[in-house]
Amino acid sequence: MTPAPGPDARALSGRPIDEITLAAAVRGDLSPADLRVHPDVLRHQAEVAEAHGNPQLGENLRRAAELTALPDDEVLAIYEALRPGRSTLAGLEAIASRLEAVSAPLCAALVREAAEVYDRRGLLTA
Amino acid sequence: MTPEADDAGSAATDAGGPAEAPARLGRFEALDKRPVNLDGFAERDDAAGLVAFASANDPEPSVALDDQGRIIELDGTPAADFDLIDAFIAARGIDAAVTEEANALDDVTFARLIVDPGTPRADVVRLAAGATPEKLARVVALLRPVELQMAVSKMRVRRTPSNQAHVTNRLDDPLLLAADAATAVAYGFREVETTVPVNADAPSNALAVLIGSQVGAAGALTQCSVEEALELDLGLRGLTTYAETVSLYGTEKAFVDGDDTPWSKAFLCSAYASRGLKMRVTSGGGAEALMGAAEGRSMFSLESRCVALARAMGAQGVQNGGIDGASVVGCVPDGMRELLAENLLVMLRDLESCSGNDALVSESDMRRTAHTVPLFLAGSDFLFSGFGSIPRYDNMFGPSNFNAEDLDDYLVMQRDWGVDGALRPVIEERVREVRERAASACLAVYRELGLAPGGTASPTVGFSDAHVDEVVVAEGSKDITPPDPQAVLAASDAITERELGILDVVRALWETGYEEEAGRVLAMGRARVAGDYLQTAAIFDEQMNCLSKITDPNDYQGPGTGYEVPAARREEIAAIRQQRSRADLLARHAAGAQGVGAGGGAKHGATDGITHGAISADDRTSQAAFRLVERGPSQTGDDPREVCIGVSPALATKLWFTMSGLPVSGALAQIVAGLEGEGCTARIVRVPSTVDLGVIGLTAAELAGSGVGVGLQAKGTALIHRRGLAPLACLELLSIAPLLTAEMYRELGANAGRHAKGLRPAPVRNPYTEQAIEARYHAEVVSLVAIERGESVPGAPPVDLEVQR
Repeated sequence: MTPAPGPDARALSGRPIDEITLAAAVRGDLSPADLRVHPDVLRHQAEVAEAHGNPQLGENLRRAAELTALPDDEVLAIYEALRPGRSTLAGLEAIASRLEAVSAPLCAALVREAAEVYDRRGLLTA
Repeated sequence: MTPEADDAGSAATDAGGPAEAPARLGRFEALDKRPVNLDGFAERDDAAGLVAFASANDPEPSVALDDQGRIIELDGTPAADFDLIDAFIAARGIDAAVTEEANALDDVTFARLIVDPGTPRADVVRLAAGATPEKLARVVALLRPVELQMAVSKMRVRRTPSNQAHVTNRLDDPLLLAADAATAVAYGFREVETTVPVNADAPSNALAVLIGSQVGAAGALTQCSVEEALELDLGLRGLTTYAETVSLYGTEKAFVDGDDTPWSKAFLCSAYASRGLKMRVTSGGGAEALMGAAEGRSMFSLESRCVALARAMGAQGVQNGGIDGASVVGCVPDGMRELLAENLLVMLRDLESCSGNDALVSESDMRRTAHTVPLFLAGSDFLFSGFGSIPRYDNMFGPSNFNAEDLDDYLVMQRDWGVDGALRPVIEERVREVRERAASACLAVYRELGLAPGGTASPTVGFSDAHVDEVVVAEGSKDITPPDPQAVLAASDAITERELGILDVVRALWETGYEEEAGRVLAMGRARVAGDYLQTAAIFDEQMNCLSKITDPNDYQGPGTGYEVPAARREEIAAIRQQRSRADLLARHAAGAQGVGAGGGAKHGATDGITHGAISADDRTSQAAFRLVERGPSQTGDDPREVCIGVSPALATKLWFTMSGLPVSGALAQIVAGLEGEGCTARIVRVPSTVDLGVIGLTAAELAGSGVGVGLQAKGTALIHRRGLAPLACLELLSIAPLLTAEMYRELGANAGRHAKGLRPAPVRNPYTEQAIEARYHAEVVSLVAIERGESVPGAPPVDLEVQR
């Protein structure tokens, strides 16, 4: 599940890191996904952070691993929805459900927690 | 005018005219003009949050857990009343297993553990992870400045210190940005942060800085600080490698006014990490007071909440302790101590500290330096979260506390204290080289990617080879022809519309012959695939080794432990471009003797442009023909009008110029002319046995028919002596050699003649100066005296000399 770091790491595309070479780049063989971090790498880094006493950084990197599956636009849309006064309770719940559906349970939990606190603090729209 | 004032005025008139205000005291009028009095200072005002530590409204530290270990009370607030910040910290920011132990610990005991080198860093980190924000604020507030420094040395995360540069300009000129980024990297900065005066220029700026940052060395991280969505977008495409402007605030109102919540920011942290980007958050005391949302609490109490929040969100680091609110903190008592303590809070939470010094905190050079020095000596993950590596006027973040104008001061400070401030001295030729390469590479990439209008055939202003030449030599954007602003905007639009990214940059660099830079830019892309630089306090060294909490942990435990400046680095820090050896001095004098010496003559060489005394071409020519030839052992003269001029061992043998830059031949000629003007005759004698000017002058006096002698050292110090006096009790002494003029030597000669005639002339006045004259010249004096001593022959008798031209 969790890869070793360094030479065994793979890009989001699945390409091994040692194939990300200048020769490949100038041949035009690389695509942007070859320079994106793989969720397994993020989970490995999360384990490293946790082993070094920072479970919060670990959790952040695990949420990040979940977000690798989402397109940029959707990531930015969720950020926007979490800003104060942007969302209804139902709207945030819909985002949480969608996140659960794409195997992003930690992000879903973060959104649900936000919804609960926003509700109590009056930061939701009607 | 109020009625009362009117009455008062009438009364004064009745009493015989308006009362005159008493004259200002000159001392106060002078003090009023000092730069520090341009700074604003505020009385402590707890209600407004204008208080550094311990406001009357700060809560008592407290924590309570339910039976499942969840925090149900935090610093006096029960869970039902938690605001956004309390709620987020309580949910995940505090180690519940440690919190009761940490909060129960006596404040002073806790504070001592932080400072005590014998208590391992890990023990302190464990306790701090359980401390509530108010508890940690109370404990750290107990530390005195020197204790803060000890704690910072021990608690910072990374062993090796580093530094970040701001690289911006008023014009968003891409070639200048590239050249300045390369210059920053040459100086040793490992993060380069840019921003824009014009938001739409951001893609172009990010691209230019990325190219420049990889010239000369690998591995510098780059950032473009703009609006969140745009910044993330630039990062996604690989045009930047880190972000740090994710702002946190210590009160709910300020946070919401900033249009975010801890949850939106936490999500943003994860978003950056999901694209492999390093990220830190920004906070800093004074922001809440500035927004009128401090809730009456002290700046430090609120900052402790921000830092606890940063940890809770899973950010790897925090930029604080001297950011935008720095001058708000600086205006209250204990403000500067508060700023340093903010950095320590971050370190205690085991996060990367990007330690402020980002905003200019004072108009006073003395005060702004005093702000930076304690942290500079203690060391940090990043000593500046933006040293202004460009001139003040080009810093689009506003001036930093230190800027390009201060680079030499900073390098000298490193050398003075033997501390690693993470910068290195660079010679002018090296900077020329990297600026030329960076600006050329940037132009080549813009042309290759079709971002430079007109191409090579008819380039638009700002995108020509001639513009590269301007940029290379420019101090800043005021020295260059402004590029066409539409062209920069168009380039930015094209980068966005065509979705140009890191791979396009790699290919363009390769195609235009910048293979090395192409490889380095690609390496920054590979780094995000490996993900190692997402760990706390990660940087890349110039060999692309990742230094972080994991690979380079701070292991300070007192003297002899922790970061030791490596020997090679120590030499690098010492080798500032201004340092000189005795060999350099002799070479300059020898060149002067030959009438060669490029430009600056016998004073400091022309290659570095530093000269202390001006020597004209005429001086060099006259000196070239001047020689003192020995004419045999000196005898005592019998002409009552004869005055002897005793010269030192190295004068016109090894040393040819006085410290004021006069040729020694000229100084001698002036003394002779002064004597002859009084109807006296001069005889020049060398006193080879000593370097003591008193003895040289006295020996000359004893040989002179008149019993009066002049002594002259090669460095220019001169005196008048009389037979029979003690060596140190001369008649007149011109001691400030660097300021002596030809006229003074002539007047000294004239006075020697008057003494010979039995008159009692008014002594020639030594010039007075407010200069730090010893700082300027003592390094050189040591060499000059050593050269004199090397030429001296103890016991050798005086010798008559004759001038040949």
